Amino acid sequence: MNTDPWWSSENFWRKSAIFVTAFMALILIGLTFHTVSVIVAGTERVPAYAVINNRIDYVFNKERNFQVPKIGAEAPLFGKKLTESEAYDLVTLGKLTVQSKNCMNCHTMLGNGAYYAPDLTKAWLDPGWGTEASREQLMTNFLLDPVGNARTYGSGRRMPNLNITEPEAKGIIAFLKWMSSIDTNGFPANFDPIKQGEE
Amino acid sequence: MQLHAFNYSALNSGQKVAVKYFMAAMVLFAAQIAFGIIAGLQFIFPDLFFGVLDFSVVRMVHINAMIVWMLFGFLGSVYWLIEDESGAELVGAKLANFTFWIFLLAVTIVVLVYLFVQIGPGKIESIWFINEGREYIEAPRWADIGIVACMLVFFYNTAATFLKGKWSGISGVLVLDLIALAGLYMAGMFYVTNISVDQHWWWWVIHLWVEATWEVLVGCVMAWGLIKTLGARRKIVTTWLYIEVALMFGSGILGLGHHYFWIGTPEYWLTIGGFFSALEPIPLVAMVVHSVYDAGSHGFKSTNHPALAWLIAHAFGNFLGGGVWGFMHTLPQINLYTHGTQWTASHGHLAFFGAYATIIIAVIYIAIQRARGDVWMSSDIAGGWRWKWALGLLNAGVMGMTMALLVSGYEQAFTERALGGSTWTAYFAAQNAAWFVQGMNWRAIFGFVTAAGLVLLLWDMMVIGRGDSRDIQELNTGHADDNSDTGAILAT
Repeated sequence: MNTDPWWSSENFWRKSAIFVTAFMALILIGLTFHTVSVIVAGTERVPAYAVINNRIDYVFNKERNFQVPKIGAEAPLFGKKLTESEAYDLVTLGKLTVQSKNCMNCHTMLGNGAYYAPDLTKAWLDPGWGTEASREQLMTNFLLDPVGNARTYGSGRRMPNLNITEPEAKGIIAFLKWMSSIDTNGFPANFDPIKQGEE
Repeated sequence: MQLHAFNYSALNSGQKVAVKYFMAAMVLFAAQIAFGIIAGLQFIFPDLFFGVLDFSVVRMVHINAMIVWMLFGFLGSVYWLIEDESGAELVGAKLANFTFWIFLLAVTIVVLVYLFVQIGPGKIESIWFINEGREYIEAPRWADIGIVACMLVFFYNTAATFLKGKWSGISGVLVLDLIALAGLYMAGMFYVTNISVDQHWWWWVIHLWVEATWEVLVGCVMAWGLIKTLGARRKIVTTWLYIEVALMFGSGILGLGHHYFWIGTPEYWLTIGGFFSALEPIPLVAMVVHSVYDAGSHGFKSTNHPALAWLIAHAFGNFLGGGVWGFMHTLPQINLYTHGTQWTASHGHLAFFGAYATIIIAVIYIAIQRARGDVWMSSDIAGGWRWKWALGLLNAGVMGMTMALLVSGYEQAFTERALGGSTWTAYFAAQNAAWFVQGMNWRAIFGFVTAAGLVLLLWDMMVIGRGDSRDIQELNTGHADDNSDTGAILAT
């Protein structure tokens, strides 16, 4: 019975399974501590919520060889500069609305969700909003009456009316603006953002 | 001549609970397919049920029914094999029954709320009582707590039964895996505004369930199934299980990193996630080698042909759907263009079916055989065309949907991502492109093929073995030197 070579021994593989699992789990836990510390709001990769007071752009970075968000000059959302805690409250209202309205089962965010409607990661920067000046109003109008303002791009797919209130719509827009400032390692690639500012 | 009637009272108490779980699982499987067909048709006819049952609702029920029927299937499978494997009576049969009804009631309420309330205002109460709005784990928070409570009862029942009886390699792995399975769900049970943090923990549930703990759980079920249907040697099966655990967790735990490419998490995940997730197919290859070798070495002589066929379908489906389709777009250089396209849907369809649906169906066939008093289910089953056509149609249907979605996914990755730069205009250009639309049409057609297979499957499950008077085929395992209890298991 004990003539089994080591590589086919049950005992060897049981020990290997335990060791490998424990080792990998420890590495994951270690990496998790680091990762979570660099993605809290207010870090280089994930800006503070008050970033919605500024212009956000998406520009090519030669060193990293992909596009990265660029925080620009002051450009308060809805013309009103907010403190960090006011901005947090507004973005929170938006995120809660995004979850309560089940946006992710048609759209994707950061690429995750369903694939029936466009990705929202850079929705704030989408050239489809026309100009910087008209964007906020167009977004608000659309969220309040998505059926009446439907633009299906020839697909026939419309967003249903989700009974979004005006404060909720503003919250969603704040959330989308903040999300567009997250450093996503160049996702989506080759994105051509809406023209903003004079430069 | 005595026919093999369905004899519920001859089952042990674990198996009685299991039958309930299996029945509920199959009802939810049917719901998954029905809502899947509606969602597939909405891509072609966007006005279908618009404003009444919108795509978001239909798709949510589609994927949630799947998660829950698979969980029911896993619980049923473990309750089915537990007395067999432990040699002891299920410790908390009443508790197991009670939690089954609680779980079922909760699922019913959640689905009714999904269908009739659908959405709520942007408040934390909506997340507690209506819909959490996070893919796959949309169940509102109250239901999350219920799920964890049911899983804890399940864990207690499993661990305590094995403690009372005897341990084996399979049960040892199973119990440790269940701790992780129940614990990980809690990583998805809190609200956070920061979407990067949100998705970081969300993947702990989704990935570490689907690509790690669920895989190991079905590895245990597979090991037991091979002993049961083929009379495979326990020592060989257990050694393979350890190898698979080492490879599965060795690649899958850090393979989590392939979901951390684009959600705000640091760049080192591109390397770690790309490397380890590329290794994830290896245990799945091992599983194919293992099951085909075992089946071949026993001359494909088995006590239960439908179950063995579905176990083989599981081995290949898991390898193709999880391994090959996962590997195709797991490297960040590719994933940058395929992430969040129909490519993912293609992978998801084949992986969930191949890895999980198949093996639950296999266990249900093993259960049916026992419930019909160990009826003959080897060659020349009366009405044997039914299970073969069900097997063929379901596999062809899912494979067809997978290929169709892959064509659409390619089109989308090229047109929307690579050429169009992912703007909304580019998104719709891809959605309207001829190849994309063709893919969607074929997906719908193969959806109906899948549904036809499911109808046959459910019909077969109700009648297979009914008119047969023969008893289960005896297996000559031919391992006189084997000190395992294979013979004892077959004798039960």
